[in-house]
Amino acid sequence: MFEPFTVVRGRACPLPNTNIDTDIIIRIERLIGGDFAKLGQYAFEALRYLPNGAENPDFPLNQARWRGAPILIAGANFGCGSSREGAVNALMGLGIRSVIASSFGDIFYSNCFQNGLLPIRLPEEEVQTLMQEAREDEGIFGVSLIDNEITSATGRKIGLAIDELRRTAMIDGLDDIDLTMRHESEIAAWQEADRVARPWIWAFAMEGTAL
Amino acid sequence: MTPPRTILDKIWESHVVKHLGDGWAILHIDRHVLHDLSGPPALLGLIQRKLHTRNPELTFATPDHAVSSMPGRTGQTFAGGARLWMGLKMLTAQQKIRMFDIGEQGQGIVHVMAPELGIALPGTTLICGDSHSCTNGGVGAMAFGVGTSESTHALATQTLRLRKPKSMRVNVEGKLARGVAPKDLALHLMRVLGPTVGVEHFIEFAGSAIRDLPVEGRLTLCNLSVEMGGRSGLVAPDDKTFAWLEGRRFAPKGADFERAVAYWRTLVTDKDAIFDKEVSVDAADVAPVVTWGTSPDMGIPVDGMIPDPEKAPERETRQAITAALHYMGLEAGKPLIDTKVDWVFIGSCSNSRITDLREAARIVEGKHVAEGVTAWVVPGSVAVKQQAEAEGLDRIFIDAGFFWREPGCSMCVAANGEQVPPLARAVSTSNRNFVGRQGPRARTHLASPASAAAAAIAGKIVDVRSI
Repeated sequence: MFEPFTVVRGRACPLPNTNIDTDIIIRIERLIGGDFAKLGQYAFEALRYLPNGAENPDFPLNQARWRGAPILIAGANFGCGSSREGAVNALMGLGIRSVIASSFGDIFYSNCFQNGLLPIRLPEEEVQTLMQEAREDEGIFGVSLIDNEITSATGRKIGLAIDELRRTAMIDGLDDIDLTMRHESEIAAWQEADRVARPWIWAFAMEGTAL
Repeated sequence: MTPPRTILDKIWESHVVKHLGDGWAILHIDRHVLHDLSGPPALLGLIQRKLHTRNPELTFATPDHAVSSMPGRTGQTFAGGARLWMGLKMLTAQQKIRMFDIGEQGQGIVHVMAPELGIALPGTTLICGDSHSCTNGGVGAMAFGVGTSESTHALATQTLRLRKPKSMRVNVEGKLARGVAPKDLALHLMRVLGPTVGVEHFIEFAGSAIRDLPVEGRLTLCNLSVEMGGRSGLVAPDDKTFAWLEGRRFAPKGADFERAVAYWRTLVTDKDAIFDKEVSVDAADVAPVVTWGTSPDMGIPVDGMIPDPEKAPERETRQAITAALHYMGLEAGKPLIDTKVDWVFIGSCSNSRITDLREAARIVEGKHVAEGVTAWVVPGSVAVKQQAEAEGLDRIFIDAGFFWREPGCSMCVAANGEQVPPLARAVSTSNRNFVGRQGPRARTHLASPASAAAAAIAGKIVDVRSI
């Protein structure tokens, strides 16, 4: 259950660095506290702040025109590394609703869809073109899951290829758990057959070591 | 006749509970491992929805991320992690999930304890809220990391909704040279194939050099699959795997074991099966590798030169190299050897198994850690620690001036108060040299246990083959 994603409009901030890992997006120590609502203030902290604690003026999201931008156009392999879902929460805490890149870390990519953050894979040349447009034109970008397209600042339309299953879930803010629990009888039947086919998967459960 | 299938096809298809179309499936999860950092929020998510753990008997927990590794530690020694440790303890008890707690047999780094206890088995699907879950592929499991939401989903349903990933085979033929460790092979693959080669793929590592690796070495190799972009990586199980697993606590016993082995033998890629991607690497090309940058693919043979951004082909690469060298405090075009080192960390789910500690101890024996270097050994599990102590390895390390610690993630994840200080340079057997990974502004060089041990003794980066 998350905020449905239909249409997002706003500035798009280029972040050309490749291999932005989830450690960079959110430091692990910030997850120990467990206050996921506050993660936005720590997003990208090694890039956003200088060692003395002041804002780094070179970091795009600190610059007036991109502060609070809901769209990020990033270098390849965005969100690689750790599985921490807090990376998605941190980006959303910063107001980001969609990230465009030529590739993403696979776990981060899955985590995005669990929270209503839309990751968009496009060919690298297209990503570079969009970054250029975002730098040159101060106009507004749009991302629409209803129309399945991006509208760039210059009005160019770029089609999206999002799995239909995921697209529907994002538009409806649908929860995977509810959907899967409707298949409980099939899960039970599969397990019953598996207890016969692979008894060793289940055997130790009866040893009484902890249960 | 059925078309030839990859090992990945076989494991995937045997776990499909329901096809959802377009490659999507509800996939059964055989083993779910929880740790103190991602376990409590996943369990809380379940409880808040008024659901319960569907199959607690297939779920296992141990604290590793946010607990101290200090000798004599408890779950509360690191105050910052005490709440998480307590949460894991209480919530797993409430959900009737086995937990291997601090001080108990079985406790350790999730990806060290799971194969060691026989929780990870060939052909199983295994998940954990940790990206290095792919480590378990070393015993032939299809293992991968998940986020908190997916973990909650698996607790509630013992399944995940997934799209079948693309398949990739990495062939490594030939023999590794003397003095070259499985970690060097992993860092070499990263260096030559890059950090995105495996994105959207599950990987099978195959070839004569892989078959020659001991199971521990396969676990190390699979550990770094995710650093190549692969969410999962595995090695087909063989006689070595079966012998390694036999007798382990949760491995099948007696007639079950024989039956399991008969099935496990079918878990090989059929001749002529087609992968979406296939690459080959010559084992003879692998030298000891040490990283110089802030991504695990930024490594060079230890006797090589630190790259020069001016000679890099693309603008992004130049920028990335320049930024990495600045962060690491290194100079382009200079040798990496003789770079002065302040910290050495031997541990992590990459390299904290008994074979790793033996390798390191062999280098260290009769010598002493260089002045100004702080060196830690953090065994991967209670079992590894006890085995090492039975072999006298702890004495070798302690006599040489190393700190001998308790099992956990420690300085690899640095979420437990154990960090490399700002601007200090560490040689680490862990798997990530990201900016700030081992502590704010800490500088990490990834290396094998032998290379790390040699750096501790010399006080600088050295070619372990020269020792």
